[in-house]
Amino acid sequence: METETETDQIYHIDVGNLLGFNPNHRFPSAPSSREELVKECLEEARKLVQAIANALFNFPSTETNDGPIVQLPPPTTKLPREKHVPRPKPPTKWEEFALKKGIQKRKKDKVVWDEQTDQFKRRHGYDRVNDDNDVPIIEAKATDEPGEDPFAKRLDEKKQRVGKQQKNRLQNLKAAEKAGALPSHVQLAATSLPISGTKSQPKKIGKDELGDVAGLAATSTASGGKFDKKLPGEKAPKKQGKHHKYLPVVAGRGAVNQEKEQTNNVLSKIISKHSHEILNVGKAINMYNVKKEKKKSGRSDKSGRSDKLKPKKDITKKPTNKAK
Amino acid sequence: MLEIRTPKTGKAKRVLEKRAPKLVETGRKTLILHGTKTSATVSSVLMELYRLKKGGAIKYSRRNENIRPFESGGETSLEFFSQKTDCSIFVYGSHTKKRPDNLVLGRMYDHQVYDLIEVGIENFKSLLSFSYDKKFAPHEGTKPFICFTGEGFENVPELKHLKEVLTDLFRGEVVDNLNLTGLDRAYVCSAISPTKVFLTHCALKLKRSGTIVPRMELVEVGPSMDLVIRRNRLPNESLMKEAMRTSKDKPKKKEKNVDQDAVRGKIGKIYMPDQKLDEMHLHDKSKGRKRERKESKLLNEETDSKKNKKSSE
Repeated sequence: METETETDQIYHIDVGNLLGFNPNHRFPSAPSSREELVKECLEEARKLVQAIANALFNFPSTETNDGPIVQLPPPTTKLPREKHVPRPKPPTKWEEFALKKGIQKRKKDKVVWDEQTDQFKRRHGYDRVNDDNDVPIIEAKATDEPGEDPFAKRLDEKKQRVGKQQKNRLQNLKAAEKAGALPSHVQLAATSLPISGTKSQPKKIGKDELGDVAGLAATSTASGGKFDKKLPGEKAPKKQGKHHKYLPVVAGRGAVNQEKEQTNNVLSKIISKHSHEILNVGKAINMYNVKKEKKKSGRSDKSGRSDKLKPKKDITKKPTNKAK
Repeated sequence: MLEIRTPKTGKAKRVLEKRAPKLVETGRKTLILHGTKTSATVSSVLMELYRLKKGGAIKYSRRNENIRPFESGGETSLEFFSQKTDCSIFVYGSHTKKRPDNLVLGRMYDHQVYDLIEVGIENFKSLLSFSYDKKFAPHEGTKPFICFTGEGFENVPELKHLKEVLTDLFRGEVVDNLNLTGLDRAYVCSAISPTKVFLTHCALKLKRSGTIVPRMELVEVGPSMDLVIRRNRLPNESLMKEAMRTSKDKPKKKEKNVDQDAVRGKIGKIYMPDQKLDEMHLHDKSKGRKRERKESKLLNEETDSKKNKKSSE
């Protein structure tokens, strides 16, 4: 929108953006003092604002509590968008089918008349019409096998229907994603890598397991994992092997010498009067005997075996005396 | 194996829908951040800009060392921030020896850098240094008037670009209805030379005049500075074409011959071509289907049957 003022200058006015542009003013190239310059700028701007306001206040306004409200026209300056134009969604499989067959959408009531109980029941939700789970008796048909459970069969059928619907929904969303028109609140995320041929999902490793595996890997380094650079948040590796707790040898102030006590306890138990109750003499003898027998048999076995395996000496051959 | 993920709370869903691309767009959100080193002027400029744009701006307070808008690899961080905060225009301030008091204004399209313009700040006067009657102080979030003066904005391409970017920056929300009592600020930009723009922020005083339109007066309140154009990067052609495309660009092809009437409803005229009566095809003239043939056949059969009857008798 352009407006002419008294001095016959044309301003470019965009009321939708409250924007005014005066392309004809020439600022002096040799600037006078800064204040003069500022004053001149403000004066020119004032004229522009006045021009915009002239247009604005002449629009039809409606009075409200806060003040007069005016309907702004759409802005005329062309500015680039911040996001792309929303792309049209490709029709879903059902929509294509409905279009082909000419099926119209019918609005369904939330409340439906139930014949069995003679009252109005809701269509979906608690205490709904024709609930699949509420059927008390299913009559057997001639085609039914004798051992089959019709209730379980119904449940299975429902599961299959639900699974099929989920699959179809996924296919529709994939098609929408391909066209770049995925709905804003839906995200399609890959849960597992589709490299292997098996359909089984890879086992999810927990935090502790990862830590163990990392520890195992660390022990293969030259320093046994002790001086490895740690990631932020990584804990020190757990000590592998037996845990020996060594008691302090030197007694602290007033504290009892714990190691001495420990050895004394052990000794007293063995040498005590009732030591036979603690020490199983029979078992000890048996163990000793078995060990002895093993030693004996081991030696004899060893010699016998070694004889059989050794190459047989040829007695006819006389030892030669080479060194002379 | 793909998994469908949807938000579990209503709030999350609403946030996602707000960030989705819309047919008609409201104003851009601004991201204000600073680089490795900032001088006092730059940090105060950024702070005051944030205050001016309070409702629709996000200010980051930490230093960002890996953002270099004009280098090819230095924009990734910016694009990430833009995606996280849903901001499509950013103001990046820095201070180096080569470019003192530097401000880079940039816009994004689809969270990718669309265009950039770099300006230097001179003669900066802060908000606090202006003294005025506090009655006229502009309120937060009001829609501002934007005034550009000077032939430079039309002739010099860099200034033209700056004009566009400043409009986008100061515009605020694009609204349909405006409350006329809420007009209290104006941004004044004057091209005082082909490379310099004087920018200031003023409050509006509406004075009674004889007509409906009040007399406007400007009182300088806000920060004022001189912007010296340094570098700029215009968007590449294809991206610009795509970004400038709006849904209303293609004028709707007027349906010929269809008319809407309040009384009669939708009416159209059917035009009949000239009918050449002697050449009109009435029926199928293929050999086996001639009506006369059929009829004659039937007649013959009847007469034959009659004849047979007679002869038999």
